[in-house]
Amino acid sequence: MADDLLVVEGLKKHFPVTRGIIFQRQVAAVKAVDGVSFTVKRGETLGVVGESGCGKSTMARCIMRLIEPTAGSVVFDGREITGLSRHELRPIRREMMMVFQDPYASLNPRKRVGAIVGEALEVHKIGTATETKRRVQELLEIVGLNPEHYNRFPHEFSGGQRQRIGVARALAINPKLIVCDEPVSALDVSVQAQILNLLKDLQKEFGLTYVFIAHDLNVVRHISDRVLVMYLGHAVEVATRDALYHHPRHPYTGALLSAVPVPNPELARARQQILLEGDVPSPLNPPSGCWFHPRCPRHHPGVCDVREPQLVAAAGDHRVACHFPLERWPMNAAEMAAPAASASTGAGTATGAP
Amino acid sequence: MALLDVRDLHTTFRTDDGLVKAVDGVSFTVEPGQTLGIVGESGSGKSVTCLTIMGLNDRRSAITSGQALFKGADLLAMPKNQLRALRGNEISMIFQDPMTSLNPVHTIGRQLVEAVHLHQDVSRSSARSQSLDVLKAVGIPNAERRIDDYPHQFSGGMRQRVMIAMALINHPDLLIADEPTTALDVTTQAQILKLMDTLQKEYGSAIVMITHDLGVVAEIADDVVVMYGAQVVERATAEELFARPSMPYTWGLLGSLPRIDHDVERLAQIPGTPPSLLNPPPGCRFHPRCTYAMSICQSEQPPLASATGSETHLSRCHLDPATRLTEIKKLESGHFAEVT
Amino acid sequence: MTRYVIRRILWALVLFVVVTFVSYVIFFLIPADPVKLFAGRQATPEDMARAAAFYGLDQPFYVQYWKFLSRLVTHGVIGEKALGFSFVNRQWIASGVQSRAPVTASLVLGGAVMWMILAVPIGIVSALRPRSLIDRGATVFVLIGISAHPVFLALIFLYIFGYKLHMFPIGSYADFFNPPPGQAGGPLQWAWHMFLPWCTFAILFAALYVRMIRASVIETMNEDYVRTARAKGAPEWVVMRSHILRNALLPIVTMLGMDIALGLGGAVFTESVYSLPGLGQWAVQSLETFDLPVTMGVVVFATTAVLVVNVIVDVLYAVIDPRIKLA
Repeated sequence: MADDLLVVEGLKKHFPVTRGIIFQRQVAAVKAVDGVSFTVKRGETLGVVGESGCGKSTMARCIMRLIEPTAGSVVFDGREITGLSRHELRPIRREMMMVFQDPYASLNPRKRVGAIVGEALEVHKIGTATETKRRVQELLEIVGLNPEHYNRFPHEFSGGQRQRIGVARALAINPKLIVCDEPVSALDVSVQAQILNLLKDLQKEFGLTYVFIAHDLNVVRHISDRVLVMYLGHAVEVATRDALYHHPRHPYTGALLSAVPVPNPELARARQQILLEGDVPSPLNPPSGCWFHPRCPRHHPGVCDVREPQLVAAAGDHRVACHFPLERWPMNAAEMAAPAASASTGAGTATGAP
Repeated sequence: MALLDVRDLHTTFRTDDGLVKAVDGVSFTVEPGQTLGIVGESGSGKSVTCLTIMGLNDRRSAITSGQALFKGADLLAMPKNQLRALRGNEISMIFQDPMTSLNPVHTIGRQLVEAVHLHQDVSRSSARSQSLDVLKAVGIPNAERRIDDYPHQFSGGMRQRVMIAMALINHPDLLIADEPTTALDVTTQAQILKLMDTLQKEYGSAIVMITHDLGVVAEIADDVVVMYGAQVVERATAEELFARPSMPYTWGLLGSLPRIDHDVERLAQIPGTPPSLLNPPPGCRFHPRCTYAMSICQSEQPPLASATGSETHLSRCHLDPATRLTEIKKLESGHFAEVT
Repeated sequence: MTRYVIRRILWALVLFVVVTFVSYVIFFLIPADPVKLFAGRQATPEDMARAAAFYGLDQPFYVQYWKFLSRLVTHGVIGEKALGFSFVNRQWIASGVQSRAPVTASLVLGGAVMWMILAVPIGIVSALRPRSLIDRGATVFVLIGISAHPVFLALIFLYIFGYKLHMFPIGSYADFFNPPPGQAGGPLQWAWHMFLPWCTFAILFAALYVRMIRASVIETMNEDYVRTARAKGAPEWVVMRSHILRNALLPIVTMLGMDIALGLGGAVFTESVYSLPGLGQWAVQSLETFDLPVTMGVVVFATTAVLVVNVIVDVLYAVIDPRIKLA
């Protein structure tokens, strides 16, 4: 569709594990991303949520072709970018930029702030030196920094200010898409609010499209229009923000939501949390069938440990990869474990919510 | 009698840039078996407060005054070996990053046994069986095999469980936890918090939980202390704090949280940055960032006093109680952001 | 683990061939004619041709190299005839190595003990008391140790302690086990003769190690697990022994292995000034007299020592640090 800015289909990234005395041969693979598909419409924010090891950062880098995907297609603004050479990719790199997690590590400590923000302009040879300087000062102002600090070094700024510099850097050449990889995780709560407000304001003002990666569900809820939930390299649920938070359909999403601490003591005491057992399995040796089944309160032996679920529509635009999606919400662990009303069919489609 | 009674604690560090006042007159109490949450952002002094109580600051650069009465005895005044006998034994502390808080070249069994032998005069087999018991209690599967594993062979959540095991093995009366779940995933965090809650009931320990996450505080704390700029700015029970927060910083903190349970159009932003502890602002530490600041706030530091009439609820602000109550009512309970 | 060791050994063999080959090439690039030297001043062209044939120098270098390699293999690397024999004094090189290696080993191993005895306490104390008088003194010591050349130090020591104060003998070596008749020998004599050489050899390394140990201990002291140990109520000496030192000295152990291996290649300066009949001195002499087989013999010995110790050190590291998994 014309208003899809980014269409990702079957994206995979496997890191080979080799063994051998003289000749290294591949014996296994770390399946960091194992078949993820989603679309992002122009002007919207897709929140990508998942815990450590789910592959969200790797996926972000694959979309930007900072890492080469092992398989799959990425169509950006109508153009397939996975097969392009470096030369062909260059003009496209002007249209997608990234904001990184660690404000202390993502800025070159030896470069002045003005140079950092203006680097993209220089690389793509846009404008003269004076125009670049003016643009950089304009950008610093847009993100809420003093344009006179053009000549300062990163260490002279606080964490929140450094993150603003990162945002200014991303905005410099008017990209269409900004991928934010956990941009507020390393910041204090009050500073986090500043950056989130800034990102939202900028989106309105410049018509930006965001892919926003985070592990904090509160933050994702605040900023996203649609949400993608990842687990062990797979997309397990995709839905609009409201649909996901009001009625998650994948048991993992349900567990995630119930695990988030809420700053409200009565609510905290009243609700029954779904506690998952154990840890996330290693992507070197993922479970058979559904990747979540060893920890799933809803696990049905014979089905869930045998067949891999497909990401299919459960209700309208709400897609879920589960043989027994949740029929309603809220649910506690006991209710989840009860046998599902509907048995799954061959492709794992679920019935729509009543 | 309170288990821990901290009175007017001050900690100053000698640094190359001058004297940094990291803890400036902090007082609070912890009752036996209760949980106290200490909330604050980075630089608020919450970690240093507890390190001071435990005597873990760098002796050469830290200047401490005040009292920390543990079962009536002042931890800050007692001889070092007496304090060491209490550490890891009656008062334990666990830290934020489980990846680096365990010695990578010793097995966890050895580190657990060390914790036992430091305080109990028992045989090695007894120490080992106590270690196995506590590992099982914290939910490490296959404890008999894993006790001889090294820390890098465990995941983050498991490592934190091992840390908790090590802290609880001598059945302390007080456990201080410095941001124990900040470095963990949210589902792991839920597991660990639940575990701490269960163990607290089982062992009867009091817990001091340091965190920046108000959600975590709401989950497990009975009482809360909010710190800002090396001082306590609000002190209350958890119910009181969330129902009637009484000062602008707390309002800002609560309002800047993105929420999962309802919509917030625009998050409350506390302008500016946390104060320098080298040269703190005169008067109220928060005044440069406070939208309610009055002229008195620039010159005089407000005392910690009750604004809502409750003895247990104290806050540090010059605003008169009436104004504060109207502000609280204006912002609906639970929602402290500007809802447009 | 076995896979790793096998792979390392194969690589070591490759490296061995490369190093020895390059040594051959360098030898033949020297602009001088060894044949003339051996044949003597009055040599006629026929004499020179006969000399060349006798020493095998009339053939191109790669043929000579091939002969060298095959001789090494067929006689077993440590066999008597494996390394050929010396041009100059017509002696089997293997026996030369056998008599000289212990001298170098005495110097290097004794020196290693001495530098560790010096460096470990100084390094630790400097780390514990940064910027104190001891630390600053250690820094001065480090500067001197790194800057002063072993020859310079050796001459100073010999002059002061040997000549002026008569505390130590002026050079020469006393065999530990079997002194040749008429010469000094036995453990006490050996140590007495070796003391100044040990000091000379050790100072440079002690200085380097003080720096390394200091840095390593400071870094370890600030690790979180040290704080955990204190939080458990451990007394400072337990924290120091089990947590700080155990971890800080880990990288030092492996460096030690490497430096000893390098030293075994010939501590040339020290041996020369103190007239110790070791491998280093022998190698220098062989270069002056164009005695190729001797040069190659020392190269073989040194290369083998370094390669073997390299592998051992890597394996050792994996053994003492449980985090390391050999690829």
